[in-house]
Amino acid sequence: MQILKPAVAGTLESSDLMVTLEPGSDGIELSLTSSVMNQYGRQIKKTVLETLERLEVKDAKVTVVDKGALDCTIKARVECAVLRSCDKSDKNIDWGGVIR
Amino acid sequence: MIPRPKPERFRLRRTMIFMSAQKPGLIKDAYIYGVDSIMLDLEDAVAENQKDAARFSLYHALKTIDYGDTEVIVRINGLDTPHWQEDIRVCVAGGADGIRIAKCESAQDVRTVEEHVLAAEREFGVEEGRTLLMAALESPKGILNAYEICSASDRMFGVAISGGDFRKCMQTKFTPDGVDMMVARGQMLIAARAAGVQCFDTVFTNLNDEEGYRAEVMQNKAMGFDGKSLINPKQIRLVHELFAPTEKEIVQAEKIVRAYREQSAAGVGVFTVDGKMIDIAFIPGAERTLKLARACGLYEGDLV
Repeated sequence: MQILKPAVAGTLESSDLMVTLEPGSDGIELSLTSSVMNQYGRQIKKTVLETLERLEVKDAKVTVVDKGALDCTIKARVECAVLRSCDKSDKNIDWGGVIR
Repeated sequence: MIPRPKPERFRLRRTMIFMSAQKPGLIKDAYIYGVDSIMLDLEDAVAENQKDAARFSLYHALKTIDYGDTEVIVRINGLDTPHWQEDIRVCVAGGADGIRIAKCESAQDVRTVEEHVLAAEREFGVEEGRTLLMAALESPKGILNAYEICSASDRMFGVAISGGDFRKCMQTKFTPDGVDMMVARGQMLIAARAAGVQCFDTVFTNLNDEEGYRAEVMQNKAMGFDGKSLINPKQIRLVHELFAPTEKEIVQAEKIVRAYREQSAAGVGVFTVDGKMIDIAFIPGAERTLKLARACGLYEGDLV
């Protein structure tokens, strides 16, 4: 999927994260901050990148501010932000297919 | 992925706690409270511009978090909104135990939801008939049509009244003795019993009014509700405590069931237990007391 316009998903509440996507032209540029950076930074980065890859996002500026979210929340917020940027987050979601 | 076992249509549902599906901090560990059912909310607890985000959050919670014996119900948006169809798809795809139909007003509302649930079960390869339904009655029309709603589908396990919306429609306010909703609660209970489904009371919203909360839960029990909707984990314990049969009630029920079995085997229809007349009409109640006691961990005998 191509990031067509800026999109945000998530909050800055505890156990959540905020994902901001902007169109890019040079691969994935990820900026990550986390309240648990030292313990889980690598794992969070891995989950974000895997989710973007699954959604076939090739070029994007990605800003993640994490507040200690579980992997399932990270996936949910990244997916929502990507689909929002394409105006496809509201209906006919491919649950269990590309969203998994 | 955690495959949840097939939901039971009738099970213990004393407590059902609402939590916004959009809040990961709430839903990630909701199984620790020991509540009978959690109600993940896509409706009023989720802001209009976050309905999409709540579904992604819900889907992954359903697929990832092991809620154990806690039943997982999802409250979907009303049929007058643009959201409910996608809500149903995500509930079924994620494997929720049941769906709560908000603002239900007729048997047709139940059947409309049922059609979409069935279509989603086929689309996502979920066993047909797995997803249960319950209805929230929130308007005078919903209360008047309670019986047809309760009996509209084999998937229906119960109905609940929603006090906030109902009082708004009736132009009344909360009263400590419940007189504002007395008739509505009563009519809904009669309809639910006539249709053979469960019946749940509305939430008590003033968390600081412990005395008022206790009085309402006691009234719920006296009126014959199966359980209560809750907004905060601290409300769970009192309902479980007050809805559990007392030791005296359990002993009495045990005596009645035992005596009935002995007497009826000997050809006697009516007899006395501790000076009180007992006939067959008392048996279902006594058996239900023992079943509830067993579910609450208070009875280990073999009569039920």
